[in-house]
Amino acid sequence: MGERIIELRDIKKSYGQVYALGGVNLSVDRGEVVGLIGDNGAGKSTLIKILSGVVKPTSGEILVRGKPVSGWSAARSRDAGIETVFQDRALAVQQTIVRNIFMGRELTGFMGWLKVNKEVAEASRLMREIGFTSKVFTPQSIVGQLSGGERQGVAIARAIYKQAELIILDEPTTALSLTETAKVFHFVRQVRASGRSILFIGHNIHHVFDIADRFVVLDRGKVALTADRTEVKSAEDLINFMEDVAHPDGLPGLHEAGEAEQRA
Amino acid sequence: MSKAMEPDLQSPLGRAGGKAAKEWSHPSDNWLRGFVLDNRASLGTLAVFIVMMAVFMLANPTVFTTWYLYSSVLTTLPVALFVVVPLVFVVTCGEIDLSFPATMGFASWVFALVVQAGYDPFLGIAAALVTGTLLGFLVGSLVVYGGLSSLIATLGMNFLLRGLIQIINEGKSTALTNLADSAAYKIFSSQVWGIPVQIFWAIAFVVFSALLFNRHRFGAQVKVVGDNPDSAKQMGIDVKLVRVKVFVFTGIGAAIAGTFSVMINFTWWPTAGDGYLLPVLASVFVGGTPTWGGIGTVVGGAIGAVTVSFIQTGVVAAGLSGFYVQFFNGLIIILSLLGHKWNQARYR
Repeated sequence: MGERIIELRDIKKSYGQVYALGGVNLSVDRGEVVGLIGDNGAGKSTLIKILSGVVKPTSGEILVRGKPVSGWSAARSRDAGIETVFQDRALAVQQTIVRNIFMGRELTGFMGWLKVNKEVAEASRLMREIGFTSKVFTPQSIVGQLSGGERQGVAIARAIYKQAELIILDEPTTALSLTETAKVFHFVRQVRASGRSILFIGHNIHHVFDIADRFVVLDRGKVALTADRTEVKSAEDLINFMEDVAHPDGLPGLHEAGEAEQRA
Repeated sequence: MSKAMEPDLQSPLGRAGGKAAKEWSHPSDNWLRGFVLDNRASLGTLAVFIVMMAVFMLANPTVFTTWYLYSSVLTTLPVALFVVVPLVFVVTCGEIDLSFPATMGFASWVFALVVQAGYDPFLGIAAALVTGTLLGFLVGSLVVYGGLSSLIATLGMNFLLRGLIQIINEGKSTALTNLADSAAYKIFSSQVWGIPVQIFWAIAFVVFSALLFNRHRFGAQVKVVGDNPDSAKQMGIDVKLVRVKVFVFTGIGAAIAGTFSVMINFTWWPTAGDGYLLPVLASVFVGGTPTWGGIGTVVGGAIGAVTVSFIQTGVVAAGLSGFYVQFFNGLIIILSLLGHKWNQARYR
């Protein structure tokens, strides 16, 4: 893989006496899809918030393209080319795709008047780049008319604007049907094909397994496993591993695939 | 809906070429269909207005073909338009402002004081605009930074400001007899070819505001804030500032409206603006701006104002007694709301 976009070294975060993260190492290379898996309370959201600069780590080192940075913040994170698509997607559903993509950074000319044509052209370029093409919708379509997966596409298109190099997708396929999930995967593959990196967070192992080049399993604030795509034979392997981590003493029957899937 | 759009899942990972570029086409290349779809709410309002006028004309053709009727509506309608339009912004932003009648009264009072003191009416207009801006900022800050419900807080401000006016003036009005000779009067309140000149200013204001709403960053942010304030905040929009701005805009509109109403009558009354509260609110919603925020229509609101001003004149002119006015007011409002509900889907 190419250049290392970001690297976290021994990141710790504590809220009072409670450790949310107890020394996490994580790195993302250019053009790579990293799947971050973890149960509720494993520290996924804290880790995302640290990456996007919303939360400051208690200790640890953050390296952007190999260089350590000090004074990590939301602005620094954005400068480093990191964009986060939050779980609730943060779209204004009664507005057009264009208005959502340029929300808060409208392309304006003289005295704040909108450059509508330029915005539409830019929006269609972004949508094409992530493979969101349609005979039915235009950049001027209302987001509320789109399905869940397509809305995720709008959020991703918004994130890759401004030369983002790493897109953090926080549970992008939660509450989506299989077809909609396929659409999101399609967008994600297009983003990777354009040379950007993606950190794909999910708790559905099957979803993450299909899309990621590398898996990072988080458990109770620590990285329990880092594995390349080639090292893991199947999603069941990962599930079994997570079961082992969650219940080291072993509980009877838990390793049967059916039950494990239910839990996942 | 979703079935209609299937991303090209078979396509190779490489960049989509010219083929994809062509796929961004409108469902129909018919511009008329697009125009109708984009302007459903205001076109619906226009239809209501045309039907209503047709009924009036059938009821009494002679009165409705005389110019005097229209001339009188065109004199008072502009006053309403100057507040209806900013209120569309307020409602789209997810707020409401019931304090504009008192702002009208207050700003026009300042205008009357300046003119009565012998200064040029232009100076009076400037003073009224400053007053309107400050009052709008005051009301907006109270709601936004005070974290109050705009419905109740602006109602309170309406009473409070009106009360102040009444306390200080003890109910006495101010006559401005020297206004008729001033240049400001000729520019803002005379007649051109028999048409009251106010309406041209009002139309210019509506056009400017419609552009502001649809083609300016301000309008774009107002809609986004009304639609999903959390999302707007996340994307770096100063949500509170946008909210304050819509109240300031209403304050400015109310100041212009109040000044125009004084110039029509050559007199300032301590009750100036009071009668506009309900007709103006009705106009916004008859115009097709929904109550839930995020979307709205300035042109629709303007047509709504025209409709509402013609109801009163029309009912009386059609030969019905004045007792019917309120009934028809209510009827038109309810019918319009039903029509808009059927006409527009709410996306969540």
